[in-house]
Amino acid sequence: MISTSGAGALLIIACMALVTLLVRFGGVFIMGLIPLNRRVEGFINGMAGSVLIAVLVPIALQADTAGRLALLATAGLMFWLRKPMPAIALGIAGAALYRAV
Amino acid sequence: MSTTVAPALSFVECRRGFWRLLPLSLFVAAFGAAFGLAAVQTGLQPVEIVLMSATVFAGTAQFAALDLWGAQVPLVPLLVTTLAINARMLLMGATLYPWLALVPPRRRYASLITLSDANWAMALNDLQSGRNTLGALVGGGLAIWLTWLAGTLAGMVFGGLIADPRAFGVDMVLGCFMLSMALAGRRTLRTVAAWIAGGLAAWAALHWLPANTHVVAGGLAGGLVGALWLERGQ
Repeated sequence: MISTSGAGALLIIACMALVTLLVRFGGVFIMGLIPLNRRVEGFINGMAGSVLIAVLVPIALQADTAGRLALLATAGLMFWLRKPMPAIALGIAGAALYRAV
Repeated sequence: MSTTVAPALSFVECRRGFWRLLPLSLFVAAFGAAFGLAAVQTGLQPVEIVLMSATVFAGTAQFAALDLWGAQVPLVPLLVTTLAINARMLLMGATLYPWLALVPPRRRYASLITLSDANWAMALNDLQSGRNTLGALVGGGLAIWLTWLAGTLAGMVFGGLIADPRAFGVDMVLGCFMLSMALAGRRTLRTVAAWIAGGLAAWAALHWLPANTHVVAGGLAGGLVGALWLERGQ
């Protein structure tokens, strides 16, 4: 236990910042120790897309109707135009509109 | 993976990345305002709140710190929680390795200082689709860092005066953005299989594993699919 009075709080924050920075550097550092071959490249490629999906899963699960509508609109426009910015804009506007009415 | 040329990291590229991600940073500002307000209510000193947002720069971990905050803080549990919540950054950093390996070490690590969900996703999308630049990672990271800090300050100063961001759909910005980034990439049967494995693993982790492990679980499951199912001629 560390007291949060005076310098204690700053020490805690510094430790958190250090841990987070090491995690930001860690992925690239660890990959530097592993020889890059087809399997490792396949792993990285598979991981890239599924991290995106994994971030999305709780957002989609916890979203209300307006939120799910936003995701559907974004997906629809991405399939049609393949342009992220209009797709996101339509999704956000859809959620805002649904909640307004 | 298609290139042997180091990705560009010029001022112009970073400035472009900054402006591309700034509009999306709206949700970061809203999230930051919520953090600033919650931190004031938890009893942190203003300078501590600003320092935490500036140096830790990881929203979910910062909210978790508030849960443990009191006259005394258990340091080791707090750091373990920080590590667990931010472990997804290990995976995100690793996915950038094939390109970052071509950059000199000092620039390689410096460009990771502001690594977070949105600028990672945009940078990876750029690199995978042949735009050989780290502008979104560095410039976009700066945009998110600045809006995170500005949001924190706004939450500290104005607190409850801020209108409900949900009314404007701001809570769905990250979700819509991540979805658009996933759909913008090249889709093969193999990548879709990795998505399904990752999505199921994330869903299972949400139900049965400790909180905040779902991104790591999903990423590793998708990675396994990618390692076992190699593309022909790759």
